Amino acid sequence: MINNRTIDQVGAEERVSRLFSRSIKKESKVQALKMILSMIDLTTLEGKDSPGKVKQLCYKAAHLHDQHPGLPTVAAICVYPNMVPVAKVALAGTNIKIASVATAFPSGMTTLSAKLKEVRSVIDAGAEEVDMVISRGKFLSGDLEFVGDEISQVKNACGAAKLKVILETGELVTLDNVRRASDLAMNAGADFIKTSTGKINPAATPVVVLTMLEAIRDHYLQTGHRIGMKPAGGISTAKQGIQFLVMVRETLGQAWLTPDLFRIGAGSLANDVLMQIIKQNQGNYQSSDYFSLD
Amino acid sequence: MVSKTNTRKKKASANWEYSAAPESTDHISLMSNYDLFIAGKFTKPKEGTYFNSINPANETNIAKVASAGKADVNKAVSAAKVAYENVWKKMDPSQRGKYIYRIARLIQERVREFAVIESLDGGKPIRESRDIDIPLAAAHFFYYAGWADKLDYAFPGRKTKPIGVAGQIIPWNFPLLMAAWKIAPALATGNTVVLKPAETTPLTALKLAEIIQEADLPPGVVNIVTGDGSTGEYLVDHPKVDKIAFTGSTEVGKSIIRALAGSSKRYTLELGGKAANIIFEDAPIDQAVEGIINSIFFNQGHVCCAGSRLYVQESVSKEIISKLKSRMENLILGDPLDKNTDIGAINSKTQLEKINMYLDIGVDEGGTIYQSTCTIPKKGYWCAPTLFSDMSQSHRLVQEEIFGPVLVIQTFRTIDEVIAKANNTPYGLSGGVWTDKGSKIFKISKEIRAGVIWANTFNKFDPTSPFGGYKESGMGREGGLEGLLQYVNLY
Repeated sequence: MINNRTIDQVGAEERVSRLFSRSIKKESKVQALKMILSMIDLTTLEGKDSPGKVKQLCYKAAHLHDQHPGLPTVAAICVYPNMVPVAKVALAGTNIKIASVATAFPSGMTTLSAKLKEVRSVIDAGAEEVDMVISRGKFLSGDLEFVGDEISQVKNACGAAKLKVILETGELVTLDNVRRASDLAMNAGADFIKTSTGKINPAATPVVVLTMLEAIRDHYLQTGHRIGMKPAGGISTAKQGIQFLVMVRETLGQAWLTPDLFRIGAGSLANDVLMQIIKQNQGNYQSSDYFSLD
Repeated sequence: MVSKTNTRKKKASANWEYSAAPESTDHISLMSNYDLFIAGKFTKPKEGTYFNSINPANETNIAKVASAGKADVNKAVSAAKVAYENVWKKMDPSQRGKYIYRIARLIQERVREFAVIESLDGGKPIRESRDIDIPLAAAHFFYYAGWADKLDYAFPGRKTKPIGVAGQIIPWNFPLLMAAWKIAPALATGNTVVLKPAETTPLTALKLAEIIQEADLPPGVVNIVTGDGSTGEYLVDHPKVDKIAFTGSTEVGKSIIRALAGSSKRYTLELGGKAANIIFEDAPIDQAVEGIINSIFFNQGHVCCAGSRLYVQESVSKEIISKLKSRMENLILGDPLDKNTDIGAINSKTQLEKINMYLDIGVDEGGTIYQSTCTIPKKGYWCAPTLFSDMSQSHRLVQEEIFGPVLVIQTFRTIDEVIAKANNTPYGLSGGVWTDKGSKIFKISKEIRAGVIWANTFNKFDPTSPFGGYKESGMGREGGLEGLLQYVNLY
């Protein structure tokens, strides 16, 4: 089921610009903004992360903007392995999922056994979702079997936890590679495919997201299985979020417009979305000082 | 610990529909009555008859437009002749260029207004009139303005002279753009113009007349006479017209050639088409599907170069057809002024009847019809995007130009087979090929007899690129350097 067909970059970019010409206004905009909030994987993945920082992030995840009732919470928080226990305590009693990166994030440059051990440990610590990275070096050298096998083994180690497979598309460079890696990951057991670690530029470019969505659609048409999608990296505006929803709706259909099948990995997106929601509600923009910085 | 006050919303997927996003009409100015534009002034028609220009999306009248009779056409041609002899042909070419640049800039400044009027009058989606029709019309004026003072370099070793008065008759599918294609090269080369817009879509040409006034173009250099086919006939038959440029149906094109036979009038004709769009198994499939959508559903298929005959290599035909159908379901049909509309209204009742006739013929001939399940508005003229499969070269739908959102699909096995079928038509305006192999692109573009072959894209237009047909699709080229050649005598 690996698709060996080519993707025409120019044509794909034209499709993106046509999708982006959709004008999302009024009720459809408010609905989209709320959907975006509910699909966020609120993320902190920095070397300087501390328990204090993660606790603050968890509170924000559940209390996006208490002044405005009726808002959803984010879907999940996404942290490094050693922060999973902190998040577990901080998020107790909420429906917010705990996602942990694993497999020597962000480079993936370690042995398979070390990766599997790390996956098991984050699950033991309470992670409900695992964001793994693929071995890009192996992929680019043509050893697709190695990459596929690694994903399958990580999937086994995940048990009931959801597996998100990060392709790190910025290192794969071509859309043909993005497509091939997407097919590989889905066939090897990914529950989600994810664009980027956020550590490499470019990250979730629209044309890469479209290519992955089309791979998910074709996988569904061939197997009947719905795989989820997670763009991540450099997504900080409500407008980008809405554009992604348009792409999902018109490529995969309404069935994918749920946090179960679509997530956005972002650390600073929520406040811009909140600002837009308040604007739709009150008619004018508020100062960013009114939105908490956690 | 985090309190449980905010619980997550239900997980079920949302039904997310786009709210209406209509482009505002507040900023446009339209009169209720339009007269003929002759010698720089709006002039009442001698016989005093007017016709309605209606909005095909809701069948309401937008404005009354003058119908030019023989006397009016005479007057317009005389004005053009006087302006040609006394002013325009004598003018320093760089001055002519300045006027054309001015027209280009004024169109550019008023893109929104022109786009809204184009969509109101013709039914095309605002996305297309705003992003394609009007900017491209401005681009044509800019391009030919640049040539005005460089004609000595256009044809090495030769000098150019203008022809005289050009009678130009344009169709209803791209009203302002076709006016620009015709007027810009004629003016740049020193000719004067009598333009006859299509009966169903005269308004943007009349707005262009306002711009021409504003640009202070010398009176009579551009004259615009509205009316039906008979107005066009007066223009074609007029003895003082030196050249006819026509875009429209092959049927009318043939009658124009008959009328011009034996006269010294020059002519260019851009006529019908029935283009083959060819998808090989190694094509980028998703981009090809998008290309098919653009090739046939752009402007409701009212495009002479539309890729109305689709040829898909058998090994990928199932996948292509199934993806095409699901892509068609995403096309939004409705209010042409809504920014999200993909498929607008059919231009006129007459055209809708013609399309419906072909749908009946296709079904009668045993074709399998598929139409997207969009809701059709109650008022106005509409046709859902349509596919016909189980068709062959012998079916009328494969042979005849429908000029609507109707795609006919056939499959093929080898490249020679598809080339033979693609050429098996009286037309030869355009074609498309989708493949990852450059060698196939070269073979197809060499062997298919059509004015333009698009490779891994479709319906791309640029003022610098010549456009025109082989066989019954016309003669002469418009656009680019070749477009100049149609308006000059070389010596």
